[in-house]
Amino acid sequence: MRSVSIIGTGLTKFGEHWDKSFRELIAEAGVKAIESAKIEGKTIEAIYGGCMASGRLIGQEHIGALIADQLGLNPIPSTRVEAACASGGVALRSGILAISSGTYDIVAVGGIEKMTEVSTEAASFALGGAGDQETELFHGATFPSLYALMARRHMEEFGTTEEQMAMCSVQAHKNGVNNPHSQFQREITVEDVMQSGYVASPLKLLDCSPITDGAATLILCETEKAKKMGLENAVEIIASTQASDSLALTGRKSLTEMAATKIAVKEAYEKTKLEPKDIDLVELHDCFSIANILAIEDLGFFKKGEGGKAVEKGKTSLNSEISVNPSGGLKCGHPVGATGVKQAIEIFEQLNGTAGKRQVKNAKIGMAHNVGGSGATAVIHIMKKT
Amino acid sequence: MVHNALPLQWRKYPERYYLKGNYCENCKTSFFPQRSICPNCRRKGKLVEKDTPFTGKIVSWTEVSVAPFGFENETPYFLAIIEMENKAKILAQIVDSKKEKIKTGARVTKKFRKISDIDPEGAIAYGYKFKVVE
Repeated sequence: MRSVSIIGTGLTKFGEHWDKSFRELIAEAGVKAIESAKIEGKTIEAIYGGCMASGRLIGQEHIGALIADQLGLNPIPSTRVEAACASGGVALRSGILAISSGTYDIVAVGGIEKMTEVSTEAASFALGGAGDQETELFHGATFPSLYALMARRHMEEFGTTEEQMAMCSVQAHKNGVNNPHSQFQREITVEDVMQSGYVASPLKLLDCSPITDGAATLILCETEKAKKMGLENAVEIIASTQASDSLALTGRKSLTEMAATKIAVKEAYEKTKLEPKDIDLVELHDCFSIANILAIEDLGFFKKGEGGKAVEKGKTSLNSEISVNPSGGLKCGHPVGATGVKQAIEIFEQLNGTAGKRQVKNAKIGMAHNVGGSGATAVIHIMKKT
Repeated sequence: MVHNALPLQWRKYPERYYLKGNYCENCKTSFFPQRSICPNCRRKGKLVEKDTPFTGKIVSWTEVSVAPFGFENETPYFLAIIEMENKAKILAQIVDSKKEKIKTGARVTKKFRKISDIDPEGAIAYGYKFKVVE
């Protein structure tokens, strides 16, 4: 299998883009990525675009064709990839497989979601499609409520507290302040989170990721070709793994871990011969504060049950034991289809030392962890500076 | 609205009205809802229809304050994951119970209730909710 590197990135600001359409966001991120890779658009051979719920959110399907059309890249093949909130991560993996198989040398990977054209209730219903429509949504379950069921169990089994979960949001906002692309540009306190009102107990408003518009694009290239092209900022993707689990939460063996994450990351560690201590930074899928705690345990950074305490002691803040979500994570905004691609962009910036005030010192190896639904899909990417 | 689609409602009567599930005679596992293929044994599985017991205990719960479409008028409401006596797990609302009684480990029993009535053209959806056994 051939090695694949990221050679260019493009990101729109994450936020409420009332003045920009779905297709304008795609064009903005796409053009930025092509310019950043210093290539001609016509050298791109295929496109993989991650998008979760455009049908419900803007009434538009057939996103693959729309992306190629918008970027003036017809007639190359362009494919939409959907895996709920992991759509971006799975699109990235699709692009990697297309190059490593030898089919293409250069592909573009995009992620997009436009979520503010509909009411919060409608967006909530659309996102609910990431769960089980017949046994969860039908009964009035929302995404916060599914993660709340995991949070309650984690609290009761391991003594995790609401304050420890609140600390995850506090840290995410703190990092997000230094990210010009993030939706929220202000710090918050544990008290702010505790007083933000329950959405689904024990999760409160500020334990949740927001509704966001945004797009992200990566240009991938076969590693040897990238070297020949003299692209010095290329970042090599040394592992790309993915696993699945039951669609509904009721099908899981445990409510306090995500088996798909554990299986995907184990394969990634084995493939790269790396251990959790070798990872300098991780962009992990913290759609809710409890998801941050579950992830740092499932990814092997802390023992099961100790995630809450680790966050409380600051072991996951910037330049500590493991720098978690320097971008601000999903508190940076969560345009679901774009998130997995944005995570890879943050790691590209960090490994190139261009992350400014949120730079992780001596960042050599970064990991991206993207989850779909309540844990039914997990994708892991490990990247290193070549 | 998919919740109130007529063929869906009709198809789901056995599942949603009296917890019709199935059971794999090969791996001795109960399933709810019914599965077409045993996920443990796949084609070697022997699935037979079986009703799910009407009682179980709460494994985890949440009080929902922000609802999706169709449930706006019901907030706050309780959702729980319930482990039934045959070990199958069900997610459902907990109703007609005192708030302080809704907790992990509480025994609950199935009730027949209206679930949603969102679509004026569709069917009113009925199904299972659970109540704490005092």
